[in-house]
Parts: sequence; C-alpha cells; structure tokens
Amino acid sequence: MRNDDRIPGRLIAVEGLDGSGKSTQIHLVHQWLQGLGLRVFFSEWNSSELVKEATRKGKKRQLLTPTTFSLIHATDFADRYERQILPMLKGGYIVLCDRYMFTAFARDAVRGCDGAWLRNLYGYARRPDITFYFGLPLEVSLGRILDGRPSLKFFEAGMDLALSPDITESFRIFQGRVMAQYDAMADEFGFTRIDATRQIHEQQEVVRDFVAERIDLARFHLRARP
Amino acid sequence: MSTHRCYVQPPPGVNPAKLTGTLIVLEGPDSSGRSTQVSMLKAWLEQQGYAVVEVGLKRSPLIGPELEQAKKGNVLSPRTMSLFYATDFYDQLENRIVPALRAGYVVLADRYIFTLMARDLVRGADPAWLESLYSRALVPDAVFYLQVSPRNLVERSLKAHASLDYWESGMDLGLSHDWLDSFVIYQRRIRAEFAKLQQRYGFEVVGGNRAARAIQQDLRGRVGRVLGNGGEQKGAQR
Repeated sequence: MRNDDRIPGRLIAVEGLDGSGKSTQIHLVHQWLQGLGLRVFFSEWNSSELVKEATRKGKKRQLLTPTTFSLIHATDFADRYERQILPMLKGGYIVLCDRYMFTAFARDAVRGCDGAWLRNLYGYARRPDITFYFGLPLEVSLGRILDGRPSLKFFEAGMDLALSPDITESFRIFQGRVMAQYDAMADEFGFTRIDATRQIHEQQEVVRDFVAERIDLARFHLRARP
Repeated sequence: MSTHRCYVQPPPGVNPAKLTGTLIVLEGPDSSGRSTQVSMLKAWLEQQGYAVVEVGLKRSPLIGPELEQAKKGNVLSPRTMSLFYATDFYDQLENRIVPALRAGYVVLADRYIFTLMARDLVRGADPAWLESLYSRALVPDAVFYLQVSPRNLVERSLKAHASLDYWESGMDLGLSHDWLDSFVIYQRRIRAEFAKLQQRYGFEVVGGNRAARAIQQDLRGRVGRVLGNGGEQKGAQR
C-alpha cells in the first residue's frame, strides 16, 4: 500500500461493527466539512452501481463462497476506488469512506480467507490518512442491532459459516469474531479508537478535533487552489 | 496422497486431496480453433468412456451476465474488469470444476487463468498482484497452449465473423486506430506474455497453424498420455 504524497487529497475512513454508530459519525463529519465550504466526497462500502446487481443476486440466492464473497466486494471497491476515490484524491478532495479495506480484512478473514492474500488484493489502494475505529463492547453493539426488531440478512449474520442454525445466534458469534479481527488489526494499521459508548455529539467532538488537528482544512476550501 | 494441489493454498472449504478427476486446460487466442478442439476432444474422450465436463470463461451464473454487460459498455477500469473475471473464475472453480473433479470427471477447460493473466498483464497489471490473485487456483494436470501466428488469426477471424472483435483487437488500449494493426500488435503482446507465463507455469505449446484434424491428433496423443499416467498412479494407490 503505497501512499503518494504528491496526491493533494486526504482520505478518512470509519470502521467498526454494525451498530457501532460509525455511519452516523461519518455523516456528521460530512455535514460539518460541507458546512465549512470544503471540497469533500463521500463513498460507501458495496455501493458501485455496476457491481451491485451481481452482489445482490449472489447474496439473495446464497451463491457466494468465502472466496467469491471476498472477490465481489474487492471488485466493487476497485470500481469505486479507480473511478471516484482516487480521482477525487488527486483532484484535492477530502474523501470520506464508510468502511474501507479493513472491513474486508476482518470479515473475509473470519470466513477463512488468508490474511496475506487479502492484503495483496487491496494492496494497490492508498491507506487512509485517518482511520477511526468505533469500539464498543460486543453486547452493546449486538443490543443496538437486535433490540430494534432486526431483520438480519443471511451473509450479514454469517449464516454461510454454519455457526448456528439460529440466525440471531449466528450473528452474535460472527460479530464477535469480526471484532477480534478488528482488534488484532488496530496497531498494524494505526486505527484511531473512538469510544462508541459515549454520547453521539461527544464522539463527534473528539472526531472533529482530531480531523482538524491532522488535516490542514483551509487547504481544501472550495475557493483555495488544490 | 492426491496429485492435485493449488498454486499456493486452496480456497477456504476446498480440499484438493479429495479430487480424483483430471483437469485439462486448453489455452489459445480467439479464432485459434481452440473451442473446436475442445468439443472434438470431449466427443473423443466420451467415446473412450470418460465422463467429461466442459468449462470456460464468463460462464458463471453469478456474474456472467454482468460481465457481458460491462464489456459492452466499456466503462470498467482494467482492475475492476480483472477482478470481475477473477470472481467469475473462482465461482466456476468452486462450483463446477471442483465438484466434477471430486466425482472423478475429466474437466476440459476452454481457457483458464493464463488467458486472464495475459490480458491483464498486457494492460499493465502488476505481475505479483495477479499471481497472488490466482494463487488459489488448482494446478491443472496439463495445460496445452495453442499457438497461432497473428497473421493466421486475422485470416481466420475475418473468415468466420467478417470482422475483428473489439477486445481481441485490444482496441481499449489505444494501440492504433486501425483495427487490423491494433489486432496484430495486441496479439503479439499477448503471445509474449504467454511465453513468460509458460516459463513460470510450464505448459506445453501446441502448434496451431495446422489443419484442425492434425492438431486434434496431436492433442489426443498428449491427453491420452496424461490420462494413462494419471490412471496408473491413481490405480496404484488404491
């Protein structure tokens, strides 16, 4: 993963379990940066139009193996990275990513894919300048998802791993394993840990302070030259 | 002990030791007569009493249709295209090739990872990245590369379709505005990449500038030897 310092943009990613509140936090960061009049672009995991149909079909019909599950998400990422994320970074934007390659590293490793193989798969992509990891006790994240009358999806709950015939129980076990993977990666990739049990606005304050400290925001003003 | 293995390690959930069939790959450019040779081999093998499954590229139900659509639009970056094809490949490997080999079939692959790699390499892919991408593929029992001169390919392609294919001419690479020139340059580059891959993966080159029947005779001899040896080895183990 080479970072080219001639690229004027900056990349911020959020990672964490389902129910960690990371999407809410990155949304608030997006609003904040837009409000400041900065060049900012947002990209979401698994959202490329071209790849979506294949992913949808594969998931619906439960056709995916660990390897094809991994590859289809890598395809989605490559499409978004090369058509949007990288050009935006080169064009001097702050790019916000709701989930980045670390989501694949965590989930696919739980499915049995080899770590070195996964790191190579995403090896061409720039590492984020900041990766916020929203950490919280497993039970709390499970509660946030499971209390709200959940409609868990097959692959989301790790049902393909046959951990338990009960989808809720499968989800619990799967999330626990994903969390262990995230924790193991935190140092390797220099995650900035945010305590996701705190109030939303308190977390956001910590996040904003950190961003403002690490990134020279004035450089990204729409009126400034990239 | 089985004769099957993957290049580096198997995909999660696949046990190569359980695969008793034989995987035979035929590689070669479009219009090299490759598909004709595969069908002829299939018929011949079935006459010999072997159960045969034929596989190829872009045939996975998972993303075959999306790939076709993406190719028409020509809007995907080379890397996205590369990963799309890799997904298609592994889908077929895990859902068609592996089950057939487990059941003892002869699997005839009308192209395999080498065509995919050669195309990507011509488009500037990092060789180490590609090698890792396909490192979970099964090592075939034999790979035959049908080598046809670009001149002959042009002739055959024009004769068969009265036109040259956009992708097989490498038109996405901007080599030349002239389709024929582009086709020849592109096919030479593909051939050069195949030569490098051959060094690394060791496959047999079969002269494809001959009549279909002569090529078939040649291939039958080679395939027969693979099955003969494989059969003896497997028999001795039981």
